[in-house]
Amino acid sequence: MLKILKYSFMDLMRSRWSYVYFFFYLVLGFVLFFLNSDVTKAVITLMNVIIVLTPLIGTIFGVMYFYSSREFTELLLAQPLKRRTIFAGQYLGVSLSLSMSLVIGVGIPFVLYGIFGSTAIWDFSTLMLVGAFLTFIFVALSFNIALAFKDKIKGFGFSILMWLFMAVIYDGLFLLSMMIFDDYPLDKLALGATLFNPIDLSRILILLKLDISALLGYTGAVFKNFFGTGLGLFLSLSLLSVWVIVPAALMLRQARSKDF
Amino acid sequence: MRLRIQKLLAILLLFSGVLSATSRVVGPQEKIKTIAEALAISAPGDTVFIQPGTYQEETIYIDKPMVIIGRGYPVIDGMNKGYVLEVRSDSVTVKGLLLINVQKSYTKAYAAIHVYGSKYFVIEGNKLRNSFFGILVERSKDGIIHGNTVMGNAVTEQSSGNGIHAWHSDRLTISNNHVEGMRDGIYLEFVNNSKIIGNVSRNNIRYGLHFMFSNDDLYLKNRFENNGAGVAVMFSKRIDMRENEFMLNWGSASYGLLLKEILEGEIVGNTFNKNTIGISADGASKISFSHNNFDNNGWAIRFHGACYDNNIVNNNFRHNALDISYKGPMNGNIFDQNYWSEYAGYDLDKNNVGDVPYRPVKLFSYVVNKTPETIILLRSLFVDIINFSEKVSPIMTPDNLKDNRPLMKPVKINDRS
Repeated sequence: MLKILKYSFMDLMRSRWSYVYFFFYLVLGFVLFFLNSDVTKAVITLMNVIIVLTPLIGTIFGVMYFYSSREFTELLLAQPLKRRTIFAGQYLGVSLSLSMSLVIGVGIPFVLYGIFGSTAIWDFSTLMLVGAFLTFIFVALSFNIALAFKDKIKGFGFSILMWLFMAVIYDGLFLLSMMIFDDYPLDKLALGATLFNPIDLSRILILLKLDISALLGYTGAVFKNFFGTGLGLFLSLSLLSVWVIVPAALMLRQARSKDF
Repeated sequence: MRLRIQKLLAILLLFSGVLSATSRVVGPQEKIKTIAEALAISAPGDTVFIQPGTYQEETIYIDKPMVIIGRGYPVIDGMNKGYVLEVRSDSVTVKGLLLINVQKSYTKAYAAIHVYGSKYFVIEGNKLRNSFFGILVERSKDGIIHGNTVMGNAVTEQSSGNGIHAWHSDRLTISNNHVEGMRDGIYLEFVNNSKIIGNVSRNNIRYGLHFMFSNDDLYLKNRFENNGAGVAVMFSKRIDMRENEFMLNWGSASYGLLLKEILEGEIVGNTFNKNTIGISADGASKISFSHNNFDNNGWAIRFHGACYDNNIVNNNFRHNALDISYKGPMNGNIFDQNYWSEYAGYDLDKNNVGDVPYRPVKLFSYVVNKTPETIILLRSLFVDIINFSEKVSPIMTPDNLKDNRPLMKPVKINDRS
């Protein structure tokens, strides 16, 4: 498995898109600091970008990689290798290289502008951790979709739809249902609904560090009591892990019985 | 003519005071060992110096005009029995004492220094520790409370007292005091024509400063930090609030400044930084908000109902999660020439005034007002999208709630920092 991981990883490291992705974050980081040299504010702006963009990139990259390396996968399948090792290796290779582009790309400007001496170091590390988690989650989801559809167009279409659903539509439905049922106590529902969407969960995790003042408004106390404590942080991080493990396991299961 | 006689009398009185006043020294090594003893043998207008040391005395009554000065902060221990100092006469000065251990009570407001029915009193440079109420002033006039430090460790509202508490008084000056860890830092009820200047009030469990039924007061250059809520101004008229700092008032029902049934005030040059709600206005009318900084708050200003004819002009709104939350029709409130950090318009004629009006109430802010739980969707992509579409064509938010002349650059405000 490690060999395949290494191969996928090196393959991607040599690919143009990894560099584009890496340079995009590098430039984004420097532009943020060029406009405003306050580390804390840069973290806020970056949050907006990361919450939306890492899932999108993870999704598209995952699908793209899967389809373009299909022939190589078929070649590997002919070898005496477990399917599990092949797909797990590819999955980890893609996710790791994307996470690395993100962390290094954003990390360099932040380190240069003195993140280590700043109080925002924890916010920044949470942001990076969340970014990596989102990458892992969405690559796994997109692999699932790519495995399910042989047709590239269909695969792309569904993965974009999946991203759109998680990033936008889910929140829309969520907002709508809260407005319709606003005669009922909603804090539990709101809490539950955020747990079922990794993007929302990540957003709340970071918001709690940055926009605490707004979230502390009179209903925010519930959220704060849940997410703000050590237990809440532990729970949200384990939920994010569940979001990685379940789609990855599903993907492996699907791969085991798939007819190539 | 009458005035001249008065002046003459005053001068005469002054001289007679100088001529007749004697000073006594109290101390462990002196002839007079207790303060009560010294006061008993003093005549009006005398001065008592207190040497360093610890004095365990039950309630000390001061019933004649006197000056009491502590040298090197002598400790006066109330031994948890009632008030420590009772000032019951005009023209009393108390300086440089360290007062500790005031009795706690659920029925009486025991205080370290209790001033009752006094005029021209001065309480200056004292330190108060473990006092139930700190300085309690009732039915008094023309007093000065300056440079005192009140430190408490309040836990609940019921079992704690206020740092400086004034009731039914006129023309007080409360300046440069430091109040920490009490219930209310400074509490004023039925106190008119008074000045509250340069105080620091922090870590109090209820309000930093609390006005009730007090008119024509000025508070200037105070700092309110990390209190349950910064300042509450209730049922008062013509309060002048200038150059104060409201910081870090965080909590589920917390705000920098609460305005409740306020008429004709002025709020000028204040800084609101990192509060859950900068200003919460409920029934506030004819108030002019200008040259204030609202930075990094959850909400900069929340207008609840019954706010009429307020002018919000020349303020800076920077990086607040939501700038304005508003209920009901416009009611003559005006937003004009403010700087909004989220303003995305342009200024073609370069006159520092944006050419497109700014709408400070976003659709999301309107939604949150209706269903508060939706705040959890703050900064999500969906919310950005609906805010944008509302900005392009407003449907839900009040149509004329806008700043027609938003500024392109922040208003310059004389920062003291």
